[in-house]
Amino acid sequence: MFYRTSGQFKTTYESDQALFPIKQDMFLLVVILAIMYAIFPMFASEFTYKALLVPVLIYSLASLGLNILTGYAGQLSLGTAGFMGVGAYACYKITTIFPEMNIIIALFLSGFFSAAVGVAFGLPSLRIKGFYLAIATLASQFFLVWLFEKWAWLYNYNASGAIEVRTMDIFGLVVTGPTASPMVQYYFVLGIVSVVTFAMINVTRGRYGRTWKAVRDMDIAAELVGINLMRAKLSAFAVSSYIVGIAGALMVFFWKGAAEPNLFDIPMSFQIVFIAIIGGLGSVMGNFLGAILIVALPVVLGLLPELLGLTIGSATMEHVNVMVVGSLIIMFLIVEPHGLARFWALIREKLIIWPFPH
Amino acid sequence: MTVMDPTLEEVKRRAEEREVLLDLENVSLSFGGVKAITNISFNIKKGEIRAIIGPNGAGKTSMLNVINGFYQPQEGVITFNGEKRSSMKPHLAVSQGIARTFQNVALFKGMSTLDNIMAGRATRMKRNMFWQMLYWGPAQREEIEHRKKVEEIIDFLEIQHIRRTPVGTLPYGLQKRVELARALAMEPELLLLDEPMAGMNLEEKEDMSRFILDVNDQLGTTIALIEHDMGVVMDLSDRVVVLDYGRKIADGVPEEVQSNQEVIDAYLGLSH
Ligand SMILES: Nc1ncnc2c1ncn2[C@@H]1O[C@H](COP(=O)(O)OP(=O)(O)OP(=O)(O)O)[C@@H](O)[C@H]1O
Ligand SMILES: [Mg+2]
Repeated sequence: MFYRTSGQFKTTYESDQALFPIKQDMFLLVVILAIMYAIFPMFASEFTYKALLVPVLIYSLASLGLNILTGYAGQLSLGTAGFMGVGAYACYKITTIFPEMNIIIALFLSGFFSAAVGVAFGLPSLRIKGFYLAIATLASQFFLVWLFEKWAWLYNYNASGAIEVRTMDIFGLVVTGPTASPMVQYYFVLGIVSVVTFAMINVTRGRYGRTWKAVRDMDIAAELVGINLMRAKLSAFAVSSYIVGIAGALMVFFWKGAAEPNLFDIPMSFQIVFIAIIGGLGSVMGNFLGAILIVALPVVLGLLPELLGLTIGSATMEHVNVMVVGSLIIMFLIVEPHGLARFWALIREKLIIWPFPH
Repeated sequence: MTVMDPTLEEVKRRAEEREVLLDLENVSLSFGGVKAITNISFNIKKGEIRAIIGPNGAGKTSMLNVINGFYQPQEGVITFNGEKRSSMKPHLAVSQGIARTFQNVALFKGMSTLDNIMAGRATRMKRNMFWQMLYWGPAQREEIEHRKKVEEIIDFLEIQHIRRTPVGTLPYGLQKRVELARALAMEPELLLLDEPMAGMNLEEKEDMSRFILDVNDQLGTTIALIEHDMGVVMDLSDRVVVLDYGRKIADGVPEEVQSNQEVIDAYLGLSH
């Protein structure tokens, strides 16, 4: 009943190719956006912003970047965190060298640096595939973290070896640094994530999306319909690393406020791979579902005992947490190996034909 | 029948009159020690349906792979549209107007029928990343322009009902049809079909034969066709070239080839 499609006929290709061929999807999106932009900020505490909302958005964005490369173009990568680091350090250097530059511009510029590094490390993909490529990207991961540690120029020769974000403002409104309001930072991140997500929804349904998926599904056939494999793969590396780099810069500038090189080490790469797989490879929305499960759920679970008036030691709670989240991941993968996005698609399909399932 | 079947002489004369589209001269291809093609010469003329037949392993698929630049022959001269080829790559062949289908279906399994066919127009779509991100405006206009062309092909091949279906879930016969649709979306001048009817039942074969004839007739596309079903070959093709063990053993109009002793032997040899 909620998803009735009767009376919704397509008479033009414009409407048939529309983002939301079914009105209810549009409605759902408006509700979600209203919650994100209006409802959450009415209630959210500093803790909610810093521990839940902002991290989920940033991890979703990083996972979206990885998904372009792995889910759409079929190129495995275990180097996501390294490319995030490139974005973060690039943004740090740009804002050091050009202190007057608007942080939004600095942010979008730093994406070009991670894109360039991504393309460079994507070159092996022209020769190798699958696990071998994954190992090559893993090598880039080691190399980049080593570089972040050893190249002192990158962190302005700080004694700590870490980068620290100074206070910056946009037309007088403080957006970074210790004095920035969490709500302002949330809106900033939300705005950027919305824009990039919108752009990627469009790109993935257009000719780039088809080209990437063609390479993923059968590279020989792709070549024989005239697709230039080199260009297709490298464009996927570029777009993916661009987004991942922005996510890295956002993470340091609008969430953590400071970063040491090991932040960008393998554990975070794996975490983002998890998010993309659980959410659903080859889906834009899946990244958000995956991030909610992997990033937000543990935080919420950690709060539960206190809310229920139970006294459980924090160490015990951590164990419980790992167990619960771990088994949820396994359960979801068994129920729907193609991820949460597919899970939702199936539910949606059922709702469309409900109440007559046959 | 009021119309008399044309005589053999007339058929041959008609074939003679056509202009040559693709010409192969003394082409040889080997893989290490295996000689897949040995010193073969033949041509394909504009507007004809040219069948390539022969027993298993005769070198038919290798021949198509040479024509569309997937393999480089060690020897021989290939001329397409009057232009001598130096080296060839598949995407160059595409830009020259050569499209093909595969013996084992080679579709993009995770994509819908519509997206598979749209992918056939990949090289014709030009809007850059900036417009793609915005979508509305030039990118959408381009998308719709190509969608119209693709819908014509979908109507032509009668696959409207599976437009949105992921091709991996389609039955084999329909997959072959989608693959033909994807090749047609490239608007080729020369269409290479590698056993388009393999594994089909009689009804599906009849449908496919009709589509091939219609493509040739209505779109004027030149077709090179590999097929094992002799009935189909004799009905569809204007001229037939016969390969055996990588060599050409016969070349001519179907009636000629059918009565050629060497061809009969090659095919009888199969059943031993
Ligand atoms: N890539 C390759 N590497 C090595 N040998 C090959 C290769 N491709 C084809 N061959 C060999 O070349 C010969 C001709 O093969 P081809 O596939 O062209 O035959 P075909 O006429 O298409 O046969 P079929 O009717 O079974 O499809 C065979 O002996 C085959 O083993
Ligand atoms: Mg073959």
